[in-house]
Amino acid sequence: MSAISVQALSKTFSGNAKALKEISLTIEEGEMVALIGASGSGKSTLIRHVAGLVSGDRSSGEIRVHGNLIQRSGRIPRKVRQHRRHIGVVFQQFNLIGRLSVLTNVLMGVLGTAPAFRTIFGIFTKSEKRSALQALERVGIESHADKRADKLSGGQQQRAAIARTIVQGARVILADEPIASLDPASSRKVMDNLSRVNRDDNVTVLVSLHQVDYAIQYCPRTIAMRDGQIVFDGASDKLTPAFLQELYGAESVKLTNEEKQRETFAEAEVKPVNTPETPHGLPVGAQAKTVTPETQFVQ
Amino acid sequence: MSQALKISDLTLPKAHKRSIMNIIGWGILLALLAWSWEGADMRPMALIDDAENMSQFAASFFPPDFTEWEMYLEEIIITIQIAIWGTVLAVVMSVPFGILSSENIVPWWICQPTRRLMDAARAINEMVFAMLFVVAVGLGPFAGVLALWIHTTGILAKLFSEAVEAIDPRPVEGIRATGANALHEVIFGVIPQVLPLWISFSLYRFESNVRSATVLGIVGAGGIGMLLWEYIRGFYYAETAAVILMIVATVSLLDMLSQRLRKMVT
Repeated sequence: MSAISVQALSKTFSGNAKALKEISLTIEEGEMVALIGASGSGKSTLIRHVAGLVSGDRSSGEIRVHGNLIQRSGRIPRKVRQHRRHIGVVFQQFNLIGRLSVLTNVLMGVLGTAPAFRTIFGIFTKSEKRSALQALERVGIESHADKRADKLSGGQQQRAAIARTIVQGARVILADEPIASLDPASSRKVMDNLSRVNRDDNVTVLVSLHQVDYAIQYCPRTIAMRDGQIVFDGASDKLTPAFLQELYGAESVKLTNEEKQRETFAEAEVKPVNTPETPHGLPVGAQAKTVTPETQFVQ
Repeated sequence: MSQALKISDLTLPKAHKRSIMNIIGWGILLALLAWSWEGADMRPMALIDDAENMSQFAASFFPPDFTEWEMYLEEIIITIQIAIWGTVLAVVMSVPFGILSSENIVPWWICQPTRRLMDAARAINEMVFAMLFVVAVGLGPFAGVLALWIHTTGILAKLFSEAVEAIDPRPVEGIRATGANALHEVIFGVIPQVLPLWISFSLYRFESNVRSATVLGIVGAGGIGMLLWEYIRGFYYAETAAVILMIVATVSLLDMLSQRLRKMVT
């Protein structure tokens, strides 16, 4: 049984914008997969569908996580709350509750499994608290456990969010641009944490990334998306400069200022990556159009 | 230079438009005032014509007569106690009703009926409720508590739901993604975000309720109002003045206290 299986998922937003076009993919247990593509290519939309947070078009097939049905034909079954326990989601904006302590935020991971009659009153057992502390220890921020979550830096908040998925005992972690709003040092820590959870606990990780070098460094497999379609799915070291240029080329026209800044930021911390000469698994007709900061560094 | 020209070119038509809107706005306000003149029986000359009468009337209030101050104080304390119970019960009820009338939490077929119910509770003045409850539960403070409770629930539920509708949805999604149930989402995702505002609104309503409770006695619903009404009707103006001064002192004191508290929570 594969960890994540998506069949013919389509999503049309109001205004007839097709965000996802018949996406199908399978991810096996224990894999760490990067999801790359320009902004607006459908990465986040895909992840939110797999988490069962949004539903696809009626024409869609089904999404299963460890065999559990997350949605079928655009309908999310009621039982999805039960299945979400096994799926940890890490968001770009961390989605922690700022006014609560870091420990309480991590304890939220037990809500899916602990008896509701006690958790709705905010009562957690000693062993639950201990496991939350252990999770914080694993991501290296146990000393901040009592602080308010919004007093932490972005990177620390993101690690708290990862700790929440550890407490949850998630079998699959879906990370939606987890490092897009972080500085390079924090980005690396967050990616290290994700890859450690993947390696040590055999947790399947699907992480969408804006920076290709992180995908190549941390994820053996990469799925690339453009305009709601998968245009590459294979070993990360098979990604070629020409393909990446093509992948991000179309975006350079519609870059917003903010994104431009982020991109230049990403550029500043680049490490040269060796890429093979011959392209594999690339779509025919992949051509370089424009050079963006993001693609420059892989050359 | 060319840039300066550009900016003035751009802003000129906008400013022009705004001044037209200004004139229209003032025009509407003046028209409304003129329209209401007759109905409101506006007789400014009466202030001058009856000046002598009024000064005589005002003079009868002085000096205030504080001989029975202990009884006044007792009644004022009862007034505050009515406000405390009325407000606390209203806060307790407003939490579920506020959430049930928030568009972003519940479907429209729950939200809309709840809102209409709260509208009704809000639209009817607490004095009207007091009169009704005096008939239902008898004369005395309890009728006042019930009146404040219902009316304040209508107000607080609206204020609470407005706070809920303005929350950041992302933490709620974070909770939902852990497999938590809908109640968890509200308790851990919504309430921590709105709590400071909710406390502040509740304290503000407590202030208003103390003010309202001072007149509930007029219809027999307990508190200092009953005393006040008797003194006014009996032409005991010196005693009336004393009671009014004590009410002013109490209300100002409580306003100051609650303002402090509200600053602390937000």
